[in-house]
Amino acid sequence: MRDRVELLRDMVLVRQFEERCARLYQEAKIRGFVHLYVGEEAVAAAVMGVLQPRDRAVATYRDHGHALLKGVSPEAVMAEMYGRVDGCSGGRGGSMHLFDVAHGLYGGHGIVGGGLPIAVGLALADKLQARDRVTVCFFGEGAVAEGEFHECLNLAALWSLPVVFCCENNLYAMGTALERSEADTDLSVRAATYGLAAWSVDGMDVDAVTHTAQRAVEMARGGAPCFVECRTYRFRAHSMYDPELYRDRAEVERWRERDPIDLHRTRLEASGDLEPGAFDAMRAGVDAAIDRAVAFAESSGLEPLDQLTRHVYAAGPEAGR
Amino acid sequence: MSRVTCRDAMGRAIRRALLEDDRVFLMGEDVGRYGGCFGVSKGLYDEFGPERIRDTPLSESAFVGAGIGAAIAGMRPIVEIMTCNFSLLALDQILNNAATLRHMSGGQIGVPLVIRMTTGGGRQLAAQHSHSLEGWYAHIPGLTVLTPATVEDFAGMLGPALADPDPVLIFEHGGLYNVDAELPDEDPAVDINKAAVRRAGQDISLLTYGGSLPKCMAAADELAASGIEAEVIDLRVLRPLDDEAIVTTVSRTHRAVVVDEGWRSGGIGAEISARIMEQAFWELDAPVARVATAEVPLPYPKHLEDAALPSVPAIVGAAKELLGRG
Repeated sequence: MRDRVELLRDMVLVRQFEERCARLYQEAKIRGFVHLYVGEEAVAAAVMGVLQPRDRAVATYRDHGHALLKGVSPEAVMAEMYGRVDGCSGGRGGSMHLFDVAHGLYGGHGIVGGGLPIAVGLALADKLQARDRVTVCFFGEGAVAEGEFHECLNLAALWSLPVVFCCENNLYAMGTALERSEADTDLSVRAATYGLAAWSVDGMDVDAVTHTAQRAVEMARGGAPCFVECRTYRFRAHSMYDPELYRDRAEVERWRERDPIDLHRTRLEASGDLEPGAFDAMRAGVDAAIDRAVAFAESSGLEPLDQLTRHVYAAGPEAGR
Repeated sequence: MSRVTCRDAMGRAIRRALLEDDRVFLMGEDVGRYGGCFGVSKGLYDEFGPERIRDTPLSESAFVGAGIGAAIAGMRPIVEIMTCNFSLLALDQILNNAATLRHMSGGQIGVPLVIRMTTGGGRQLAAQHSHSLEGWYAHIPGLTVLTPATVEDFAGMLGPALADPDPVLIFEHGGLYNVDAELPDEDPAVDINKAAVRRAGQDISLLTYGGSLPKCMAAADELAASGIEAEVIDLRVLRPLDDEAIVTTVSRTHRAVVVDEGWRSGGIGAEISARIMEQAFWELDAPVARVATAEVPLPYPKHLEDAALPSVPAIVGAAKELLGRG
């Protein structure tokens, strides 16, 4: 269990990492689709903060924060962004497909809703083999429109699987607002109809998310799957290609007033848990770590072309011809 | 040795796998209490219980994906999908996850999953239960695609499929389930990488798989009555194709008819024909011919369905034409 100062540092790590990614993207150092987690840091920080190292996580294409906070090194994540051999997926996945089985991270999934069945299966295997492991599956509110969401909540409840469905409701499925795609926007009420415990929580408040995540993970560990809706917001565009025509600046500014890092920092400083000046030192330390990650990624090699068809079959490139 | 149907051969193989390996379980719609939509898993629910013979809701995407997740986490699931038409509801999981995760994770994640489904027409089940999509799946790198056509292969393909570290799809032609043959009591050893010569001949090669094999064998009998000795190749695995077997037979007979129950356009027959052109062009005495399903969703009336599917007369006709005896 992470303490509250560590959670602040976790959120700052993700924030600074994402801001660096934005710069590196503008410098054309990293390419492809890149989805930043800026504004949503409290969710991954809190949920990962209550997991055991042996627990599993399945994330979406907006996965940098989840990887970093599940224990994947900034070096391995940044090298993956660069498509280099030392990336956590060997460079094959890129920003959207971060994997690190040693740290219990099973993607990085690019198909909305597609990670849920995988999470159900991981939890099923853990149950069948009587392993004490919880799987947390992250997805956006857009996934609620997918059939797999409904199939999987039902299946997890029906089979009493140790899985937590963590819905990161940032209000927009790319550019489509929740109320423009769902007749009933109360997601936890809808999830509860599948026969599992469901809560909605302020996703900008890391303490609130921690409180609920703790309960959810504990219940899931006992074989009762749960659903947690974290009401959050992304401060930046959906991806690097998004001109943000679907929301106005005032709305973004209103949400920025509830920046999860500012909220938590203010609270910790008021309570004396964080010394004055400590935050700047914390951020400087994080920036130095990210500098090292960038240097590592830039020095990491490119996979030789003769290995193009590797990793398709375990038996090697000839296996599937 | 006993007389066994293809249905019971697969059921027996599943039972043996369950007995030999605790990690194996069967999951799908009506595989348990009902005994399997086509009766393949009859009796297994009573013997192994609901944990290992796991009935699922009608949620193809969720239970195929759950099979993928369970395979990643150390189990050896056998997922049954009633028909390959229904597998389209799980195509996202099969293509975007099962076939892709090893690569996308840089080799960290394997998906040792077996997915069984029925395929093929000929039973008047009309246009949403009769199609042959194995050729589609054979397009996808990361998958292995098996098409048993004999009792021996129904009995012997599951073992090696479960031992494979990557996803294997087994397409069981619905018209074969009642076909029977003598089968030894022990599991036959089947090499799932190789095609098999089901009948030797030197005049022409009939290249086929699955439900079209009995038709090709019957066509070969008819051709023999006209003095034409056809070699019948059962491809058995559509991905990876056994190029060596294909080139060997064409180099012997110099003429080939590919018989495939999929639609002609863009089908596996086109792929096989292209490979013959690429690898054995100078061996050919005639263009490669194809007998495939007509370009129509399968109709319900028997006479129309029969006309749409590859038939013995069509195979015989195609062979004779290549030999200039049409």
